[in-house]
Amino acid sequence: MGGRAVTLDAHLVVTRPAFTLDIALRVAPGEVVALLGPNGAGKTTALRALAGLVTMSAGRIDLDGRPLHTLPAEGRPIGMVFQDYLLFPHLSALDNVAFGPRCRGVPKAEARRVAAGLLDRVGLADHAAAKPRRLSGGQAQRVALARALAVRPRLLLLDEPLAALDAHTRLEVRAGLRRHLAEFDGATVLVTHDPLDAMVLADRLVVVEQGAIVQQGTPAEVARRPRTDYVARLVGLNLYRGVADGPRVKVGELLMSTANPVEGPAFVAFPPSAVALYRSRPDGSPRNVWRARVEGVERHGDNVRVHLDGPIPAFADITPAAVADLDLTPGRTVWASVKATETQAYPT
Amino acid sequence: MAGRLPWVLVVPAVAGLVFLVLPLAGLLVRAPWATLPERLTEPQVLEALRLSLVCATVATAVCLLLGVPLAWLLARVSFPGRRLVRALVTVPLVLPPVVGGVALLLVLGRRGLVGEWLESTFGVTLPFTTLGVVVAEAFVAMPFLVISVEGALRAADRRYEEAAATLGAGRWTVFRRVTLPLIMPGVVAGAVLCWARALGEFGATITFAGNFPGTTRTMPLAVYLALETDPEAAIVLSLVLLAVSVVVLASLRDRWVAAP
Repeated sequence: MGGRAVTLDAHLVVTRPAFTLDIALRVAPGEVVALLGPNGAGKTTALRALAGLVTMSAGRIDLDGRPLHTLPAEGRPIGMVFQDYLLFPHLSALDNVAFGPRCRGVPKAEARRVAAGLLDRVGLADHAAAKPRRLSGGQAQRVALARALAVRPRLLLLDEPLAALDAHTRLEVRAGLRRHLAEFDGATVLVTHDPLDAMVLADRLVVVEQGAIVQQGTPAEVARRPRTDYVARLVGLNLYRGVADGPRVKVGELLMSTANPVEGPAFVAFPPSAVALYRSRPDGSPRNVWRARVEGVERHGDNVRVHLDGPIPAFADITPAAVADLDLTPGRTVWASVKATETQAYPT
Repeated sequence: MAGRLPWVLVVPAVAGLVFLVLPLAGLLVRAPWATLPERLTEPQVLEALRLSLVCATVATAVCLLLGVPLAWLLARVSFPGRRLVRALVTVPLVLPPVVGGVALLLVLGRRGLVGEWLESTFGVTLPFTTLGVVVAEAFVAMPFLVISVEGALRAADRRYEEAAATLGAGRWTVFRRVTLPLIMPGVVAGAVLCWARALGEFGATITFAGNFPGTTRTMPLAVYLALETDPEAAIVLSLVLLAVSVVVLASLRDRWVAAP
């Protein structure tokens, strides 16, 4: 791959009855941006708009400073990996990968040589002659990636690249995909609803909800300071909106002490594992303490996740032993506490 | 699914089966098996058979050449009046073949709207020629192909075509290298139906192309003619048609027509 600088600079607007997608997206050369969001948020529509598979109502797409939105899909220097890969069932893995170069005028022998090289790179050299139905999910995913890279795209688009795989394969394929994305020097946009895929694969997350960007930043930033309930749930934090006055934030009726001072409208976040539950009111140390009612109890990994209602709704992760000790049945009232040092506050 | 079979369904089902199979069995029972070999090698029989096979095959080729693009147009391109066009395409399916023959005569006959021009410009005459047989068969059989291929196109996953487009394939390349291979079972099934319909074509052929031995007398025409003069010959010819149909359907079924 050549070392030419690429930047994607796009403003995507797609209007449909009862839905509008309107997002601005910039991707630096070599950067991997993940569009993260719930189903129906418009992530895939955004990707399809970049590919030229849906018509934009307004906006523009510049790649390398050249307009992309005026070109039809087949004229764009893009490579796309689809959610269920869409390998052509009547062509071998090799001919699937050679398809793109052939369409762009590369002679057959040369196209096949390029394809063989790419299959080798994704570790499937000995599956070149296999038809897609003979490939496992993980192998098909890698062929799809090779096929997208074979056209030497300047913009790589991946739609839920790991969604069709089982948990074990996913782990393996994710690591491989990460390596290939790191080698790719063009811009990459990937769509996922899995926070782990996004965190592992992307340099930057762009969270899309209802057709608009609600938050963006590095995976670490987004994970530490979620700005919507969706993101908070995704990264496993309790999130509240309140008004801050120095180290204290008023959230509804509750005044919470936080680790860091802020002023004005602010978010407060803490992990469920930081919540401790007691039968009677605990004392000592700078803690946030409130009375809560148990709404429900469910398994969560090795621990138990308790759903609490009260002045603030919250999740608490505690050990199964603690559940038995506290006799946590739905409807029971307990005391919940979070240390101030575990509580993050940041401006809205 | 244990339990008694409902006789309200079973009795008509068996009657229907008997109704469909009995005539064919009759044909086999009454066949003059002893004289069959010499009957089959009579020049008129071979001539009619050859003519039938050639005309039905050429007509099917014409239908493929025109019908597949037509099906693509109906399935993939939205244009005003598409529903009307689709309805028009199926008219020959319900039209009595004799009427089709008359209509062909009016348009392609020597004094016809297009026929007169064809003859004066290219010196081509269609009615009462072998070419006329092909035209009549194609006219009657093409809807079978168009409907089958259009159905296959509508059922095909269009996202494969999108994937091809992102790889740089224009619409013609997408059609040739992705769409066509994907719908091939539908195309073959349509072609088989089309060929079978063309092989059995009678009404439009006799009206438009006439009944001349060697040039337009296909098997169905020969059967009809023989029934009046030599019923045994009619049975033999019918057996041949039956055998050809069964062989073609059976050989294609395993390879193409069966669901994957």
